[in-house]
Amino acid sequence: MSVVFYLIAALTIAGGLAAVLLKNLVHSALAVTVAFGGLALLFLSLDAQFAGFAQILVYIGAVAILIVFAILLTRGSDLPKDGVFSRTWIVGLVIAAGSFAVLGWAVLASAPSMSQQTAVPAVTVHDIGVALVGRYVLPLEIVALLLTAATIGAVIVAMHEKGGAK
Amino acid sequence: MTALTAYLLVAALLFAIGLAGALVRRNAILVLIGIELMLNAANLNFIAFWRYGPHPEALTGMMFAIFSIAVAAAEAAVGLGLVIAIYRHTQTTDLDKMNRMKG
Amino acid sequence: MIDKTIISNLDQIFLLLQHWLVAFLPVGLQPVAAVLLSVVAIVCVFPALFALTTVFERKGLGRIQNRIGPNRVGPYGILQPVADGIKSLTKEDIVPSSANAPVHFLAPMGLVVAVFMGFAVLPMGRNMVLVDMDAGLLFFFAMGASTEVSVFMAGWSSRNKYSLLGAMRAVAQMISYEVVLLLSSVAVVMISGTLSLPKIVDAQNQYTWGLPHWYIFTPWGLAGFVMYAIAATAETNRSPFDLPEGESELVAGYHTEYSGFKFALFFLGEYLAMFSISGLGTTLFLGGWSAPLSSLNFIPSWIWFFSKLMLSIFVFIWMRGTLPRLRQDQLMNFAWKFVLPFTLLNLMVTALWRFMGEGWERWVVCSAILLGVWVVMGRIEMRSEHFGPRSYRYAE
Repeated sequence: MSVVFYLIAALTIAGGLAAVLLKNLVHSALAVTVAFGGLALLFLSLDAQFAGFAQILVYIGAVAILIVFAILLTRGSDLPKDGVFSRTWIVGLVIAAGSFAVLGWAVLASAPSMSQQTAVPAVTVHDIGVALVGRYVLPLEIVALLLTAATIGAVIVAMHEKGGAK
Repeated sequence: MTALTAYLLVAALLFAIGLAGALVRRNAILVLIGIELMLNAANLNFIAFWRYGPHPEALTGMMFAIFSIAVAAAEAAVGLGLVIAIYRHTQTTDLDKMNRMKG
Repeated sequence: MIDKTIISNLDQIFLLLQHWLVAFLPVGLQPVAAVLLSVVAIVCVFPALFALTTVFERKGLGRIQNRIGPNRVGPYGILQPVADGIKSLTKEDIVPSSANAPVHFLAPMGLVVAVFMGFAVLPMGRNMVLVDMDAGLLFFFAMGASTEVSVFMAGWSSRNKYSLLGAMRAVAQMISYEVVLLLSSVAVVMISGTLSLPKIVDAQNQYTWGLPHWYIFTPWGLAGFVMYAIAATAETNRSPFDLPEGESELVAGYHTEYSGFKFALFFLGEYLAMFSISGLGTTLFLGGWSAPLSSLNFIPSWIWFFSKLMLSIFVFIWMRGTLPRLRQDQLMNFAWKFVLPFTLLNLMVTALWRFMGEGWERWVVCSAILLGVWVVMGRIEMRSEHFGPRSYRYAE
């Protein structure tokens, strides 16, 4: 594995760790943005250019901004008095460690039996377009409906109620 | 260790970190950040298998990842809308205080 | 014969220079050296153009406002950017004590890096693109989206109400007009069938009766270009959409608390964003590096690209000096209630254009639809404005 892969993987994991460990919410939102960027670089190293650039456009350009706006609207910038970790944090840590152990064992145990091809797939954006309106047109339409419903739902849920909120 | 195994291990580690973040932190928004990390780790898994598996020209893995990115953005929007609405109602985002169903 | 080789040599002069310089190195290092040389060229040329544009803008604004701009430093004030540069570099770097230091430090850098990355896919002349990516247009918009995070970082880390307000307004504005920018470019992608910018320029580089096939000369292209120009002005926070950094409203918006070199970086970032978005608009709608008439092909392609770029910058400066600023809610209403529906209609008209086939009918039908909807929507939007007789209040 090349040095570049190790660097990008280290950047992504550092971003993820910082996101869950930092006390200041806005710092943790910016750290998760770095993790998203690292993931986009990992996609690019896997020759998935469309997915990588879509990741930057959607996650860093929209989801990160959304998270930051939500932090500001809920006054998350002030540090809470009782500390940032919940009372039952040991259980959560054990569960996460357990799941990593199971996944890691599954990956390493099945490594010899996974067949791999190392030729770069000759996939262009044109092929992705043809696939989207050909074979995958039904998921495309459903995702369009889902996004419309989600947008309308989010606006209604977060709207100020008329006549004064409770 | 082959390239595919390395990518899968990175994805598994990122998933575990996201899961820990969702379970350990108090603030509701950090739970959503943890969920986004988990979704991203699954996307990495899909793309790694698309690249190193048989028939990458069928584009299945790439399509899955693209749709997953779109749906995750929608889910983040709705989830954060819910957090804002709950904050307006209870004036807090601390999950340890929201342990009763009575509104 | 000799004429043609001289013309093509002049056209490819930078490529020939690059090949000649790189030939001095061993074969293993040559690809890296070629790319590094192109990167150094971009990093030198565009900031130099930025320096020229600052004096151009101040003189231009001055003349529009019936005054002479700066004229003390150098003949006609040409050396003013040198004085400005020395001033920015030697000013004290003040960071507020309650500011979030690491984020405050990283914000201008994030902005400048994201903006510079956008130049990598612009074709600045025949065969003169740094990276010919298959998904080049998507890469450009991804880099544009990354600038929003640095704007927010700058505003939040300053611990200043005005900065935060300016940053929120700027981010809301940039997100709204980003959608318009993307949709108006999709019309171009539909017709040329590719996301790769050099191929889009190649599709426009054909001539009929001496006139070029630039997309701006088609009904959907003109509508798309107008929408793109409006969105580009809003994306780069230029007048009339410059409320986030209007000097009379918000001190200086999200870069209030920055001084010295960091402020110079923000300034540089804003102008470079203007250049790269104008470069993309030139590539998509104005034919990139192709000449307006086929008889003018003897002028090198990079001269055409940079002339069109500077023409767009001149239009930006002209708009800044002429139009009054829009209020934030007027700006957002304009985006979501007028520009976005019109851009969606433009997409449908582009599809109609494509499927009607060659002939004069498609010109008439598409122009009629676009013009009709423009006039009708304009009337609907203006219906709620009551333009009565002007009343004046004098101070007693």
